[in-house]
Amino acid sequence: MLLVFPQTVNKLLGYLNWKFIPNLSETPFKLGLDLKGGCHLVYEADVSQVPAKDQKEAMQGLRDVIERRVNLFGVTEAVVSYQEAGVNQRLVVEMPGVKDVNQAIEMIGKTPYLEFKQERPEAERDALLAKQQAFQDEMKASQGQPEAVVNAIVQKYSGELDLSDPYYPYFIASNLTGRYVKKATLSFDQTAMTPEILLNFNDEGAVLFKDLTEKNVGKKIAIYIDNSLISSPVVREAISGGNAQITGNFSNTEAKELVRNLNAGALPMPIKLISQTTVGPTLGAVSLRQSLMAAWFGLLGICLFMLVFYRFSGLIACISLITYGGILLCLFKFVPVTLSLAGIGGAVLSVGMAVDANVLIFERIKEERKKNESFQKSLELGFSRAWPSIRDSNLTTLLIAVIMFGFGSSFVKGFALTLSLGILTSMFSAMFVTKVLMQAFAGTRWEKFKRLWL
Amino acid sequence: MLARAGKNSSASGFNYMISFTKHRKIFYTISIILTVASLASIAVFGLKFGIEFTGGSVLEVAYQPTAPALEDIRRVISVVGLEGAAIQVAGDQRVIIKTKPLDEAKKNEVVQGLQSLGNIVAGSESFQIIGPVIGQELKNKTKIVIFLSLLSILIYIAISFRKISRPVKSFVYGFTGIVALCHDIIVPLGVFAWLGHYLGVEITIPIITALLTVFGYSINDSVVVFDRIRENLFKGKVEHFSQIVDQSLNQTLGRSVNTSFTVLLVLAAILLFGGDTLRYFALALFLGVGFGTYSSIFIASLLVVTIFETRQNRGLLKNKK
Repeated sequence: MLLVFPQTVNKLLGYLNWKFIPNLSETPFKLGLDLKGGCHLVYEADVSQVPAKDQKEAMQGLRDVIERRVNLFGVTEAVVSYQEAGVNQRLVVEMPGVKDVNQAIEMIGKTPYLEFKQERPEAERDALLAKQQAFQDEMKASQGQPEAVVNAIVQKYSGELDLSDPYYPYFIASNLTGRYVKKATLSFDQTAMTPEILLNFNDEGAVLFKDLTEKNVGKKIAIYIDNSLISSPVVREAISGGNAQITGNFSNTEAKELVRNLNAGALPMPIKLISQTTVGPTLGAVSLRQSLMAAWFGLLGICLFMLVFYRFSGLIACISLITYGGILLCLFKFVPVTLSLAGIGGAVLSVGMAVDANVLIFERIKEERKKNESFQKSLELGFSRAWPSIRDSNLTTLLIAVIMFGFGSSFVKGFALTLSLGILTSMFSAMFVTKVLMQAFAGTRWEKFKRLWL
Repeated sequence: MLARAGKNSSASGFNYMISFTKHRKIFYTISIILTVASLASIAVFGLKFGIEFTGGSVLEVAYQPTAPALEDIRRVISVVGLEGAAIQVAGDQRVIIKTKPLDEAKKNEVVQGLQSLGNIVAGSESFQIIGPVIGQELKNKTKIVIFLSLLSILIYIAISFRKISRPVKSFVYGFTGIVALCHDIIVPLGVFAWLGHYLGVEITIPIITALLTVFGYSINDSVVVFDRIRENLFKGKVEHFSQIVDQSLNQTLGRSVNTSFTVLLVLAAILLFGGDTLRYFALALFLGVGFGTYSSIFIASLLVVTIFETRQNRGLLKNKK
């Protein structure tokens, strides 16, 4: 029961699946890294060499490069973002479910690498192409074979081919790399209005670039970032002066991205890991199970307490509490709220606070009934007189929650968010659900059983 | 406690009253002892802040079937050159190592060392590094949150207590509310200082979050009692202020105890079943909410009576009647 909790809830939510809320039951709960396992890395980028106005762009380039690296690494839901912390530029990498954290960190830690390659001599190219073809054929033939066989094939060819680069036979490395690019800018061809990229090399790079273009007039030059081919423009003429112009078949967005990547590749922007949180998937699952268990026991305890103390009214409070739970879980899916341990803690706490409103209402109704008011009348008075207390008592907690949400760290934020959502939902469930349910009994013979109610 | 409160409020109502004001010296004594003990505990043991504030690394692994002996772990850790590391064995299986910030290479050395001691469950590890920069930043951020929370509660108190100005000025009510709040925070802090010394429990962000939540939550119990006092003052049926306070306390007792009890109930559930990360968070909330209820019933309103009577005796304040 406890272990299949999400499914149970999904099933329950399925019943609430109205037409205007499509696929509610299929939307999964979003779990935070501490429940799912994964790692959260914070890097500080050394932007001391970058002029202030270019920093944002440089960070974007850095972000893109690292995102590409992370995706290549096979992490599906990775989020890479950058943030400013005062004068510092930070890069935050979140990788849920990542298995080999060490390797991931190693891969991210490299600065983006830009290189220029030139065409291979034809004979060499054809030989390599033949090898590539042979490799592909063998791989195809080995489909369904044990892993060892495939590994052996990979092993056999990896000495001669760069298997990660399908264009390897076509291009051979030159000595010009991103180290020599001073700056890349985006501009537009005046007549055709197509985007073009201007590269500006430093002095050393200018010489290298001149040599490279001289040798390759009428041929292609390949631009690689992190060993993947970005573009391969054809050289029209030898270029001196250290400025290159790349025109190609790219859209504005592609061009912009390319400029960013070139700048990132060109900028010597070392990054340093300053904070890391890694949670193993097993540990995450244990945390999830334990926190849900706490939620169940908490709910159960409260229901028992309400039944014992408020009898039939307590039963109604339980029903409204369950409604409250349903609404809250729906909200978690809709908003959507990323559920962390802190978030579950906040939600469980809000269950305890949610029932407060019912207690306040019942205590007031009790007082009114002592004055021998009718059932209907004491209900009305009870609800209206309890309202200011309910409002005030939740107000301060909400106030603190809002402050914590605005200024806190991620633990604090998760807690504050679910707590506030919980409190708001609880006010609704007490003032609306409990009231409607209780009023349904007013005027029926059920109201006669005075001892049963309160 | 709870059963009595329920019976009092349901069966006998305010025909039978517990006289809180008469016995207030007992309650004051309890609170003073608790507060002094807590302050002493803080002074002697000091507060131990977690690595999110100080910077450092925490590495946690779980062994199957049981964790190796502490000395073995310490030996392995020393080999890597981390003699000063704090090592804890939690439960039978889990080992927690706290140390200065480690880089990947160093961490891997530690993990390899630990693996040589026994079978570590795959996927059970957790590792956190907080660099000193981030630590400083979190410290500053937390200070801002604490400051703003305190400020907002003070403003709330000023606003909600301005309505009630009899028979003492409204700031007296506000003042006693704040005294009660300080009490609610000092006692749990004292407990944590003690736990920090004996069990290595640290003041972490969750615990500060918990205490701030207590701030927001427990001021209300005092406000509710004061609201009742105001209501009863308007009715003016009772001659003496202390009787009005007693009456108000008895009327709100069931409510205060029951609302807190439900919160304590879920907190107890988290404390018992919620796992290690949430345990001390729940404990801080539990202590805060528990003492919050106690202080709003036994301290805040009774202090108002004491202040009132002291002034009356000195003739500084004319009796309204």
